[in-house]
Amino acid sequence: MTVNETLAQASNAMVYGAITTFTSSMVAYSISLAKGRRLETLETSAQRTNSSHQVRMGSTDTLIKPAVSTSVSVDGDLGQGRRAGNIGLALTWLGAILLGLALTFRGLSVGRWPLGNMYEFSLAAGFAVSLVYCVMSLSRDLRWLGLFITIPVLLDLGSAITVLYAESAQLVPALNSYWLLIHVAAATVCIGAFTVGAALSGLYLVAQAAEDRITNGLAPGRSAAIAQRVPPADRLDLMAYRIHAFMFPIWTFAVIAGAIWAEAAWGRYWGWDPKETWAFITWVFYAAYLHARATAGWRGRKAAYIALAGFSAIIFNYFIVNIYVQGLHSYSGL
Amino acid sequence: MRIALILLFLLALASVPGSIFPQRGTSPLRVNEFLKDNPTSGRILDQLYMFDVFASPWFASIYLLLFISLMGCVLPRAVEHYKEMRSYPPAAPKNLSRLPVHLQWNSNTPAEQAILETQVAWKKRGWRVRTGDDWISAEKGYSRETGNLLFHLSLLVLLIAVGVGGVMGFRGTVIVREGSGFANNVTQYDTFTSGRNYSADKLPPISFKLENFISSFQRGGQQNGAPREFYADLSVKDDPSATPRAFRVEVNYPLRTAGITVYLVGHGYAPEFSVRDAAGNLLWQDAAVFLPQDAGFTSSGVVKIPDTVPQLGLQGYFLPTVSADFSNGPVSEFPAADDPGVYISAWQGDLGLDSGLPQSVYRLDTKNMKRIGMQELAPGETWTLPNSGVTVEFTGYRQWATFAITRDPAKGWALGAAIAAIAGLSLSLLIPRRRAWLRVTPAAGGGNLFEVAGLSKTEAPGLADEISHLAELVNTKKENL
Repeated sequence: MTVNETLAQASNAMVYGAITTFTSSMVAYSISLAKGRRLETLETSAQRTNSSHQVRMGSTDTLIKPAVSTSVSVDGDLGQGRRAGNIGLALTWLGAILLGLALTFRGLSVGRWPLGNMYEFSLAAGFAVSLVYCVMSLSRDLRWLGLFITIPVLLDLGSAITVLYAESAQLVPALNSYWLLIHVAAATVCIGAFTVGAALSGLYLVAQAAEDRITNGLAPGRSAAIAQRVPPADRLDLMAYRIHAFMFPIWTFAVIAGAIWAEAAWGRYWGWDPKETWAFITWVFYAAYLHARATAGWRGRKAAYIALAGFSAIIFNYFIVNIYVQGLHSYSGL
Repeated sequence: MRIALILLFLLALASVPGSIFPQRGTSPLRVNEFLKDNPTSGRILDQLYMFDVFASPWFASIYLLLFISLMGCVLPRAVEHYKEMRSYPPAAPKNLSRLPVHLQWNSNTPAEQAILETQVAWKKRGWRVRTGDDWISAEKGYSRETGNLLFHLSLLVLLIAVGVGGVMGFRGTVIVREGSGFANNVTQYDTFTSGRNYSADKLPPISFKLENFISSFQRGGQQNGAPREFYADLSVKDDPSATPRAFRVEVNYPLRTAGITVYLVGHGYAPEFSVRDAAGNLLWQDAAVFLPQDAGFTSSGVVKIPDTVPQLGLQGYFLPTVSADFSNGPVSEFPAADDPGVYISAWQGDLGLDSGLPQSVYRLDTKNMKRIGMQELAPGETWTLPNSGVTVEFTGYRQWATFAITRDPAKGWALGAAIAAIAGLSLSLLIPRRRAWLRVTPAAGGGNLFEVAGLSKTEAPGLADEISHLAELVNTKKENL
């Protein structure tokens, strides 16, 4: 089958449009953050986090009072920055739609799913990150998170159009399977959601540092500049946990779908190919994160570092293993 | 749990060298290359099992410890969970207003009637209910712990299935040329590894012939030369007496029969030569398998002709598309056979076949041989070797395919365990364990005070909504305070 050049070029145009849109969106979110302050002071957050930690220090089997009481609203409130935040969110939606169209046109230009090389994976990952964020925004106010989502999306798209770019073309036979959609799409959605999770865990560490300084009677440091513009540490920690806990079974599924595909393609379901090894390492890190959050002495900051280590393993697997390590998963298209 | 955490980190750390150094299990040739290039460090790394990470004793000891710790944690919890499933939730606490979700109202409904009706309504909603004189204590979400236990037990089954598959199965590879066949017999394999408990004479007696191999490649553009299609058309006999049936094996679409699976894993070219002596008698005629060296399928190989005096060897390259540019030596421009040609050198002397040492069929041992000439040939061309009058005719080429043939009797178990693991994981992460209470106390100004409260054992959203819904099921006339 030949390549429809018109559609392929339309796809490229959409990608450039998405990059422009996400850049504007990032600027809007920055203005929004610069102007906004949340209602609850850092002092109050620090007090509440401390008291909830004391309650939670008990054995894991006792019933515990949740950190978030239903009677107190601690959602981020951006106050004056709200209008800029609204513009940022609208632009993120637009960027996500443009990326979705770019992927659709790319797929139509060659009559297959657009998941055949690193350029296409990167577009799909950018789409997944922005879509996960937009969908989460439907049920809660996440404008404060927008800046920390658009930055990784732009880094991802920037690397896609510069170093990873591959012309629209047919697949190598090894990828010619319906498992491509199941395995790669599941993995891509996970990467998208884990990016959001990593942003939340990173923000949690900053907010916790700011609250700790106040608890210890120190002057609010540089971390306070960010901490007073995002929700309190305990809230960030909980959000990060929920997204990781929701995605972990899906990540497990993505790895197992890959194993089923490997059985059909290579004659064994697990062979410690470098890509498989790093998918396993990622899985172990996130499993450790979920265990750490239920282990006294590990929850909080240590758990957040484990989640970030899991995300680093994903990034390593994507950029280093795909490009520099010889293995069966050599589909970078470079 | 702390020990399990540390072991998990050790396991992740221990698998890292397996992705950095080449592994014998997946790429034995690259291991040999590494050892040749780094003799000293290579030997030390080898002694540390760095080329067999996933079969090393230290890797095994980490995962065995992990599973022992897992068993030590899961088995007592399973017993405890079983007891909990058969018992009732604890009595309602005295002071419900201290709980995270708390609702209260006054009503004249008598306590006994409300308790009786509410417990029926709550039970219908799937809550496990215990009642006292003026209270109800209810709990829901036991499947969280069930799922947790299912997940960890599935991991154990998965590990056992991996082990059993290794012991009871086999894996072999074989190169088959177009027009040639393969019978499932251990002597026909190029490589064959089997588990301790698999005896090679249990191989099912299937056979197949490679009728036709089809390959196509991307022409033009950035990905010029990238593979696009491979098919191997086989005629398969499921047992020696069966009538042959046609089957097309593709990448991703293996042949599954008689408990074994036949995969297409590679392909290449086999140039055909006819070698005759000065009198025109045929010395050798066949297609010799040449192994691809690069993306353009420049293929190298040898032909050994032991039945002449002195013995004769041909060594060289097959190029599917001869390049016009010779600055890099004989290199094929494109992987498809658009303009095939061979570059061969002829050697005379002792092939060393009688030395008793095993020899590669792809390499000429030129220790006791002398090179007598070099020639470029297009299909149909004949080269008369200097001195002897022997002629070498390059008559054409055939394609060949590599098949991997495997048997893993435990893979169904592994798949079942993996599916159970995902199901267990989803239950344990998505279902919250929560409790709810109702307490009815006489109010100061007459009538009764109704209190409903809830508590989640885990950090899950939606508790407040669920509890207020339970409160609505308490059939009283509500006057919120």
